[in-house]
Amino acid sequence: MNRVVKGFKDLAQYPSAIAGLVLISLFVALAVYAMVTMPLGQAIELWRGSGDVWQYTPRNAAPAWLNVFPGINKPVTMDFNTANMPEAKTVEEIAPGMWEVRVSFPFDFTYDEFPTEINVFTTVRNSTARPFFSMRWLTPDGREIPLGDVDLRASESFRLGQDARLTRRLGGRPAHMGLFADPNASEAVPLKGRYELVAEALVFEPDTELDVRLVVYGQLHGLAGTDHRRRDLTVALLWGTPIALAMGLMGAIGATVTTMAIAAVGTWYGGWVDNLIQRITEINMMLPGYPLLIMIGTLVDRNLLLLTAIWVALSIFSASIKSYRAMFLQVKEAPYIEAAKSYSASNMRIIVQYMMPRIIPVLVPTFVGLVPSFVFFEATISVLGLGDPLLPTWGKVLSEAQDMGALHNGYYYWVLAPSLLLVFSGAGFALLGFALDRIFNPRLRSL
Amino acid sequence: MEIFDKTMRPGTKPEDVLLSVEGLHKWFEIKRLGLFRVGDVKAVDGVDFQLARGESVTVVGESGCGKSTLARTILGLYGPTKGRIVFDGRVIDGTDKEALAWYRRHVGFVQQDPFGALPPFMTVQRILNEPLVINGVKDPEERQRRIRKALEDVRLMPVEDYLTKFPHQLSGGQQQRLVIARAIILEPKLIVADEPVSMLDASVRVEIMQLLGRLQQQYNISIIYITHDLSTVRYFSDRIFVMYGAKLIEKARTKELLKNPSHPYAQALMNAIPDPDPDNVDRFREVPGGEPPSLMNPPAGCRFHPRCPAAIKGVCDVQEPPHFERGEQHLVACWLYGEEHAEQTA
Ligand SMILES: Nc1ncnc2c1ncn2[C@@H]1O[C@H](COP(=O)(O)OP(=O)(O)OP(=O)(O)O)[C@@H](O)[C@H]1O
Ligand SMILES: [Mg+2]
Repeated sequence: MNRVVKGFKDLAQYPSAIAGLVLISLFVALAVYAMVTMPLGQAIELWRGSGDVWQYTPRNAAPAWLNVFPGINKPVTMDFNTANMPEAKTVEEIAPGMWEVRVSFPFDFTYDEFPTEINVFTTVRNSTARPFFSMRWLTPDGREIPLGDVDLRASESFRLGQDARLTRRLGGRPAHMGLFADPNASEAVPLKGRYELVAEALVFEPDTELDVRLVVYGQLHGLAGTDHRRRDLTVALLWGTPIALAMGLMGAIGATVTTMAIAAVGTWYGGWVDNLIQRITEINMMLPGYPLLIMIGTLVDRNLLLLTAIWVALSIFSASIKSYRAMFLQVKEAPYIEAAKSYSASNMRIIVQYMMPRIIPVLVPTFVGLVPSFVFFEATISVLGLGDPLLPTWGKVLSEAQDMGALHNGYYYWVLAPSLLLVFSGAGFALLGFALDRIFNPRLRSL
Repeated sequence: MEIFDKTMRPGTKPEDVLLSVEGLHKWFEIKRLGLFRVGDVKAVDGVDFQLARGESVTVVGESGCGKSTLARTILGLYGPTKGRIVFDGRVIDGTDKEALAWYRRHVGFVQQDPFGALPPFMTVQRILNEPLVINGVKDPEERQRRIRKALEDVRLMPVEDYLTKFPHQLSGGQQQRLVIARAIILEPKLIVADEPVSMLDASVRVEIMQLLGRLQQQYNISIIYITHDLSTVRYFSDRIFVMYGAKLIEKARTKELLKNPSHPYAQALMNAIPDPDPDNVDRFREVPGGEPPSLMNPPAGCRFHPRCPAAIKGVCDVQEPPHFERGEQHLVACWLYGEEHAEQTA
């Protein structure tokens, strides 16, 4: 064990190891952040996107930070809600038993292009009578555009862009363009300046609560953009991190420990046990792995755990079982094993506590090197359409991007972000693995 | 139990016999290509002796004569091909697992290569804890007490300095002390020590031998001490068994054998007991000329006859010599001491 510790100390001399460790720490930090800020259940729920959780975000928006590039100045989503901006709402009793609620959302619009949608959502609580509601739109050049009036039910959504009458009044342009267009320009260009949405409602009960939410959907949204179902990709990219790390580590641990245990059992008992293990290994090395998975995934169950278990099983009986066997054959002859027998140590104890610890230092680099293959494994089966249907993972993002033709449609961000995360996490472990290999393997000979 | 070993101290009562090794054989089957049986390496080929409580014997013989195989068979690490081991009145064979576990609890093993004999990834504490845990010492305080006592017994003190160390942090001599501590921690009645000092520096050999001798005295442990080097015999050992070609060819009390070696091979060995000059310690290996006998196809008759300066033609190369009595508690398997038999066969 102290050899392992010393090995890790030697790492400081390898730049590649340091780079790898830095990358790995970043991913670990990200994973911790994801788990602390959002429980897995919530992430799965969000990603499933049931109900109307995602109606306040744009469809297929690129990340907001694209605006830092010169020449790009696209609208970012703007979201105003009286529920968290009480100052936008005033209530005044204008007659006995009648109150006027006035909501005003003034904002500056400075982008070169139009938003993609504009919607208003209202909620009414504690009201038996329907409040009377009307909205107006004030433009920077002083025009006032009435957006219509209506008796409010408990909750309403006004999808202004789909309002055909409004579109006609705006000269055939849907609201998210027509409301922002410069009336004097021949082409459709937005007019920059201060806009204001004014909404007024008459309510008839003193404790009636009314909330209004205006969402101007941008072409850009959030850190990572959104997908075709308006889901914010940060959810999957963030939560994909702990899942990828867990997959990678569990897969690698599972594969290494089981391979080692099986090799140890085979070497210790020898005879037909050993022969059987060797033959299985030889057959398995000729079997095609992914086709087998596709078969099981389509015929049996699309469950990430099951498929991972099968993948681990396939990688257990791999070439490495042979190299572990060679090491164990040597360990088996060590005098300390004979000593253990002389004080009645059981076969199980000898295998687990006397043989396996002996080769663990050799396994460290193999183990670290195996991690990326299991991270990529999840992505691969997702792209093959065998991914877990519920979990938000990098592979799922990639797979949906592919299904939606992200690259043909110019949604590069949708493919790039998960790919880069995969590559960098893989690179982190690979860089560390290389360095560990160099540190530990010279000692292999001194076993 | 009957006493058949005529070299035992006179007056030894049957209940004083701790170990009885009767007609012990250990053959290794040799297969070519893992399939065709080529023959057997008869590494132990008929060994008989008895050992009293608290008694120590030395088995001496050249490399490859079967000493380690004898040790392992006695320890129950190899099942005997033929013959049996009786310990404290109980027959030990592979069929009774409970008896084997009981036997192993009472027999300690000290190996040749101390570093190899210690798991390199365990601390001293854990190394000594293992036999206790495995053999059912359940109380952790009791285990701790015994670990301390064993370390004190082998003079690895202060104990605290050693408990957390790993074997590679100890010197060769300290490692061998630890191996001995492990061998005595279950309070055995017998220790089998297979060349315990041959891999150590000459400077620490004496202290390890003295340590074994002291433990034997202190706890009345019987010791089977295996060596190829007779110069270490004097530290303890009541009797000497000379092993040649998988058999014991001469058995006698230590003083008697050193004074009056009878078998020509034993005589060659005695002449080779080195002068105090430590450079000559290992010289005896070369002394008897010629090749050690093949254990797969041993020479007919006396296995030493091809190398023997006194071989009697027509006798020694024909018939295997039985043990002849040569004085008090002194047996020797050589026709020179039973010529009347030789004449009969000739
Ligand atoms: N497991 C085994 N399988 C086959 N042959 C063996 C085995 N163990 C020992 N032998 C053979 O038995 C013979 C005796 O070996 P053993 O190790 O008992 O000798 P030794 O007297 O201890 O020698 P050394 O002084 O070199 O330790 C040798 O010829 C050896 O090759
Ligand atoms: Mg030996």
